[in-house]
Amino acid sequence: MLDDLYREIILDHYRSPMNRGRVEHPDIHAEGKNPLCGDELIITASLEDESILEIKFDGHGCSISQASASMLTEQVKGRRLTEAEDLVELIKSMFKGEVEIDPDELGDLEALQGIRRYPVRIKCATLAWNALQVGIDTHRSSLEDAEAAPELAVFTEHSI
Amino acid sequence: MAGKTATGKLKTQDHQAGALDVAAVRRDFPVLGQTVNGKKLVYLDNGATSQKPQSVIDTLTRYYEEYNSNVHRGIHALSQEATERYEEARGKIASFIGAASEREIIFVKNSTEAINLVAYGWARKYLKPGDEVITTETEHHSNIVPWQLVAESTGARFRYLPVRDHSAPFDIDGLRSLITSRTRLVAVTHVSNVLGTVTPVADVAEMAHAAGAVLLVDGSQSAPHMPLDVVDLDVDFFAVTGHKMLGPTGIGFLYAREELLDRMDPFLSGGDMIATVTMQGATWNELPYKFEAGTPNIADSIGLGAAVDYLSTLGMDRIEAHERTISEYAIERLQEIDGLTLYGPTDASLKGAVFSFNVDGIHSHDVGQVLDSEGVAVRTGHHCAQPLMAALGIGSAARASAYFYNFEEEIDTLVDAIRKTQKFFS
Repeated sequence: MLDDLYREIILDHYRSPMNRGRVEHPDIHAEGKNPLCGDELIITASLEDESILEIKFDGHGCSISQASASMLTEQVKGRRLTEAEDLVELIKSMFKGEVEIDPDELGDLEALQGIRRYPVRIKCATLAWNALQVGIDTHRSSLEDAEAAPELAVFTEHSI
Repeated sequence: MAGKTATGKLKTQDHQAGALDVAAVRRDFPVLGQTVNGKKLVYLDNGATSQKPQSVIDTLTRYYEEYNSNVHRGIHALSQEATERYEEARGKIASFIGAASEREIIFVKNSTEAINLVAYGWARKYLKPGDEVITTETEHHSNIVPWQLVAESTGARFRYLPVRDHSAPFDIDGLRSLITSRTRLVAVTHVSNVLGTVTPVADVAEMAHAAGAVLLVDGSQSAPHMPLDVVDLDVDFFAVTGHKMLGPTGIGFLYAREELLDRMDPFLSGGDMIATVTMQGATWNELPYKFEAGTPNIADSIGLGAAVDYLSTLGMDRIEAHERTISEYAIERLQEIDGLTLYGPTDASLKGAVFSFNVDGIHSHDVGQVLDSEGVAVRTGHHCAQPLMAALGIGSAARASAYFYNFEEEIDTLVDAIRKTQKFFS
């Protein structure tokens, strides 16, 4: 039964995460926190023409939150911000059971579907995605002053 | 009768003599016999809530099937029966903790409500700017947040005893140096829900009283596990939740010295807590009813009475002795695991049967998940003690917490499951 949750792809991302670290001079700087389990993720990204040029994640958390963050960086790198937002929505809808993920199109992300059967772990998996979304929102609302360092956007999960 | 089943069920137990017959005791708990995820359930989440014996379950059913009725107001037979049973439960609780009078037992929904009752009924009435409330960094949030709010609303100072060494005994000298002539209230847990550390309550009481302060003790993690005498301990307020001591959820009690209760304001107001009401005002009912507004949780109060019967029949001394044995064994076995950090004292005589730990490189949620797949139920997360987690420099921990119905063999299963977790994530 553990294999449903901890699919081999998830364990691979956990053991050897993609894009770990911080982007220098980021345009997006977001933090995702889950006080219930003490998880903290930092997502930094640089943009070019509203597309994600580079994106990295840092911080600590359980295997699910780390693997999901690793997959996120892999999937949204090179995408337009609007596409990244669509993907955030898709992931959230998938966890609500509203849509299925097509492995041909989204590769590793399909492995996250197994987490649906473990409701208490869904928030672990969505932490990075929620953080990215608040990062994008904050980036948009601060576009007027493009020269300033990005404002830290914080997403805090609630326990219920 | 609440006690009849418990007594009948426990014929196999040699009352108050010799060690507990754990195998016999377990047969009284329907939940414990099941399998989870194809494995035999190993329930080690007793710090979160205990399982319920058949006698408690039957008491609840019998109330609803045979004499469900409101209390203190009916002239009819069912109401009289309900009132009698409800008050009988209060009496059982009073003797269980050694209270001088039943008037000192207030039914509440849990320890949180008990502490808030003191925060609103006593602290907000008597604390002045510059007065001090002292608590500790190891407290459950329920013994921190109410005092922070009290400090905010009265101008009193909120002070706390920091955790310097999680494995040390309770820092009584540290507390002594913190108490001043302005200290009005000391609020401490009896047994830490994370570290298991036992507070020397009688010593703390002496210290607090010498300074002219009152003492509130959170007994959530002690009342289920050890013999208690609130008069010997000399506490002023003692907060207990019922569901960790075999009782139903949604019921607990506050013990308070009568003299303090007399001087306090009501917490919740409305029906049942009044003597007279006119459109110009109201006068309060006698103790303990002054603090029990509205229809109380009748069924669960009576259920808690049955839980107390069960515990008393087993004998709190024997329960404590068995848990001590489990603690000694668990501390020894857990320390054998490379890469495991155990929080709290490693001397079983200093702590309750609570074992919080982390495994190097593996998040507590992942540990809890693999343990669950092996049928082992533990709690993971911050345990409603975020300040303590911060002091320990961790975000979360796994916690195994035992009760009198746990076997040493179940500790072996826990240890094997932790080793499996390490293998799984290596």
